[in-house]
Amino acid sequence: MARYGMVIDTTKCVGCMDCVVACKTENGTPEGFNRDWINYVVSGEFPTLNMEIRSERCNHCDNPPCVDSCPTGASHVHDVGKVVLVDDKLCIGCKACIAACPYDARYIHPEGYADKCTFCIHRVEQGLDPACVSVCPTRCMYFGDLDDPNSQVSKLLNSRKNHTLIPDAGTKPRVYYLT
Amino acid sequence: MNESTITRHNTLIDPALHIWGWEIPVYLFMGGLVAGIMIIAGYFTFKGQYKHNYFSSFYLPHVSLILLSGGMFALFLDLEYKIHVWRLYTTFQITSPMSWGAWILLFIYPALWLNSLVRIPQTFQGRIPLFDKLSVRINANPRAIKFIGVFNMLLGTLLGIYTGVLLSSFASRPLWNSSMLWMLFLVSGLSSAAAFVHLITTDKYERVLLAKADNSFLTLELFVFGGFITGMLTSTRVHVEAIMFILAGPYAPAFWVFVIGMGVVIPLFLQLLAVNKKIMHTPVAPIMVIAGGLILRFVIVYAGQVSHWTKLSVLK
Repeated sequence: MARYGMVIDTTKCVGCMDCVVACKTENGTPEGFNRDWINYVVSGEFPTLNMEIRSERCNHCDNPPCVDSCPTGASHVHDVGKVVLVDDKLCIGCKACIAACPYDARYIHPEGYADKCTFCIHRVEQGLDPACVSVCPTRCMYFGDLDDPNSQVSKLLNSRKNHTLIPDAGTKPRVYYLT
Repeated sequence: MNESTITRHNTLIDPALHIWGWEIPVYLFMGGLVAGIMIIAGYFTFKGQYKHNYFSSFYLPHVSLILLSGGMFALFLDLEYKIHVWRLYTTFQITSPMSWGAWILLFIYPALWLNSLVRIPQTFQGRIPLFDKLSVRINANPRAIKFIGVFNMLLGTLLGIYTGVLLSSFASRPLWNSSMLWMLFLVSGLSSAAAFVHLITTDKYERVLLAKADNSFLTLELFVFGGFITGMLTSTRVHVEAIMFILAGPYAPAFWVFVIGMGVVIPLFLQLLAVNKKIMHTPVAPIMVIAGGLILRFVIVYAGQVSHWTKLSVLK
């Protein structure tokens, strides 16, 4: 069974927000909410400063605390690609999953259920890339099966220096950033 | 320098998480208070105090039913998808404390109801024949009454623990992620319940008994606070940053003045004087304890939401 993940090359990302717009368009994300976003991180001391531009979203963790905390099973790991999804018909809007997520990747949809990035699973099941990946003008985003050693994402992770977000939280995120 | 500029601005999430308003602290407080009352009322039932008409065990289970329903209503108000609330009872999610709590509450109501049947208040006697019959049956069997007492104490303890575990299971919120939180909420619930009984009872013996018990609970609470704070201060950097929110940060005034000062130290001092007959028993100390218990939940819930695996951690 596939285990989908995403690899983002921060040395190519220019923070154009095409991925953000594509996501909102593809998924009809309500006004005032975002499933993905850009984080501009500046670190170091002047004059040796470093800026990393990151397109961030739900990390579809291997050890998802949102799924563990959900009292109704609405948050679940999908059969296809082990993607973390929310079943809006089961969600009661208790917000436990939002409190459990160290990445603040979830929000409450105006209709009352928890919502977040789905890795565009409806597109992936048709053999397409997620909307954000498909529109990236610098081709800095890659999507694929992390368990397949011949996939592009696996090859990139094997050959390039990379990191995940808040690894200390122990969630084993599946969105990687190449540096 | 570490600077993070984020384009996301999701309601309730940014700039700092604030998904839970007044409803959850009230729910946790009511849950803790009822847990404490169940333990006290269960103990009284077990010891046979229900035989005395004046005793608070005569009406504590009935008051608990109202308080718990109030807490549950507050929780219901917090739900964003209210018509789906029944979904809680279509599954049991073993890893979710909230699911455990939902199912534990299913046992709490029958336990309180059984305890209330041990002595039906005079105004309700003869109104529902089934309840009268059950009450007669229960009273015909002293072992059943002792079982009801123990059952209430056990479930009360579970409920009190649950209110703390619910928050401490969220590892992503460092302030909540403490193994001391369940003990803090349990002891705080017990002290609030003892203060509540102290406040409403008309019996002098019971008032003194509960004041003494409350003094013990408040003293224990101070030690648990010490353990909670020490545990956080000796943990990782994010936990140290989190506890500083309430020790020296924006929540410090509320914590030191209302939770520790007016909620524990001053009422403990007043009740020690009252128990030693230096001053009269007044409602002042118990009201301060109850208010302190409520404010504790507000401080922990609000500050806990703000606490985070900070951007510094993100950079590493």
